Amino acid sequence: MTSHDLRANNLTLGYADTDIVKGLDVQIPDGRITVIVGANACGKSTLLRGLARLLSPRGGEVILDGKSVQDMRSIDVAKVLGLLPQSPVAPDGISVGDLVGRGRYPHQGWFRRWSDEDDRAVAAALAATGTTDLEDRNIAELSGGQRQRVWVAMALAQDTDLLLLDEPTTFLDINHQVELLDLLTDLNRESGKTIVIVLHDLNLACRYADHIIAMKKGAILAEGAPKDVINAAVVTEVFGLACEVVPDPVSDTPMIVPRGRHHASPTVIETLA
Amino acid sequence: MAATLDVPVVRSGRKQRRRRATVVTTVLAVVAVCLFILTMMVGSYYVSPIDVVTSVLHLRDDPTTDFIVRDLRLPTAAAALAVGIALGISGIVFQKLLGNPLASPDFVGVSSGASLFAVSAIVIFNGSSTAISGSALVGALLSALLIYLLAWRDGISGYRFILIGIAVSEFMLSIVGYVISRAELYEAREAMTWLVGTVGQAGAGELRTLLVALVVIIPIALVLERPLRTLELGDDTAKALGSRVELNRLALIALSIILIGFATAVAGPIMFVALIAGPISQRLTGPSGGIMAAGMVGAIIVLGADLVAQQVLPTALPTGVVTGIVGAPYLIWLLATVNREGRGG
Repeated sequence: MTSHDLRANNLTLGYADTDIVKGLDVQIPDGRITVIVGANACGKSTLLRGLARLLSPRGGEVILDGKSVQDMRSIDVAKVLGLLPQSPVAPDGISVGDLVGRGRYPHQGWFRRWSDEDDRAVAAALAATGTTDLEDRNIAELSGGQRQRVWVAMALAQDTDLLLLDEPTTFLDINHQVELLDLLTDLNRESGKTIVIVLHDLNLACRYADHIIAMKKGAILAEGAPKDVINAAVVTEVFGLACEVVPDPVSDTPMIVPRGRHHASPTVIETLA
Repeated sequence: MAATLDVPVVRSGRKQRRRRATVVTTVLAVVAVCLFILTMMVGSYYVSPIDVVTSVLHLRDDPTTDFIVRDLRLPTAAAALAVGIALGISGIVFQKLLGNPLASPDFVGVSSGASLFAVSAIVIFNGSSTAISGSALVGALLSALLIYLLAWRDGISGYRFILIGIAVSEFMLSIVGYVISRAELYEAREAMTWLVGTVGQAGAGELRTLLVALVVIIPIALVLERPLRTLELGDDTAKALGSRVELNRLALIALSIILIGFATAVAGPIMFVALIAGPISQRLTGPSGGIMAAGMVGAIIVLGADLVAQQVLPTALPTGVVTGIVGAPYLIWLLATVNREGRGG
């Protein structure tokens, strides 16, 4: 894995007539897992799409290894930076092998079609995601968890040093969420891949992130190691949620316990106060 | 995570898919060529397949056979072949691009635009056959442009394009109805005949233009097939893979419109071929199959429909009547299943 530098300078992004992300500066730590969290519509997916040059900046720029991504050829960006969008589309009846193979697009050209290297990359992606046995299966027949792993495999086949994932756990049950995040952690630890994930679940975010970015209204409110930056005040500020933050009994990372208006036990509240 | 690499599985899976697509496409091409020859054999005077082939290839001169084959039957057969290929490719490119089996250019108003202009040329301007064909081509391009502009909102989405296309189609057809209602009886008859669509009406000049267009466009289509495979995965995924989405999509839409425009100029709006060729070919080749297979299926449908229309039925009918009879039930089935599976977009 070569080291890379992905950052945004004074980045403004938006759709139609609204700016979603406004004048944001961020640097993605190389070789680490970064998780972006925030309330709905805070601009976390927009930021991710901006970083992967799926959206053109309205102001500022995204810099990859010293060059503005807008000035780079899209195919060159795609060799270094991959992204798994929130709702990718599987063509009707497509098989797992065919779909994952399409991740090789940026490495092929008009004259260089399919090589042994492509086969190896696809095999590696299938193996890493435990989907080798599904190679000839139709995507439509798979369970939600399997399907998501196949999409991750497609992004892995692209063989990029940076991988961005937009809410990859959204349609998965808790078991498959943990499985997928473990898989991404494996990829990070074994190959040093830089991973950026947008996540909804704060507790999982705190556990799996080396670096967490909390966003509100298109700006970064706090960033750093989860242990250093996530506390009740920050969560309340970001999500507008009254809560307690306690150590996760498994990972000792911050764990958020919402207060809510009901169910609070008087004795417990007293000890907390 | 100690999974072992299984390169052979990947390689054999890929080769198997490719082999199936290649074999099926080849078989379809052979069937299309056989039908092409058959079309020139049958009629009021039977010509043997060998005589057809030798006459078409100018290998032997025999004035009687040459007159029947080259002058009488070859133009219709060539038109059916070329129109079928053009419609098949045009349809599957649209369907893949918009990720929807309903998104065929004859369904979303491109053919209706061609019809409006052609009928106007017949009724209002008393145009020659070249003028009619030219108008049809212009109509196809203009209506496609109109749909594209109306459907554009930070990009093109499948559903929006289809719904606006259907609206444009209805709009065009209602004006067609008006124009015909104002026409003289003779012109109205000519317009109605054109509207049904038949490969027999092809003029030599238009046919030559279509053949040239095919020779130019098919290689481009084959080159663009690779980016098309990324566009099928949705805009975000395609962009993430480094595909230049807007450029590729515009080129593919343009290619598809030009093909259906030329095909309509030659044979009128032969319904349903563009709609059904793609799904049939995909079923045969598997989803990894390419656009040439759809072109071949299109050719087989049009050649077959023309054979049925001219030879099997007691009275000779326009090609469009036969494709309509076959295509309409398919459309009903498609609408029913697409809705049930909830994957219309």
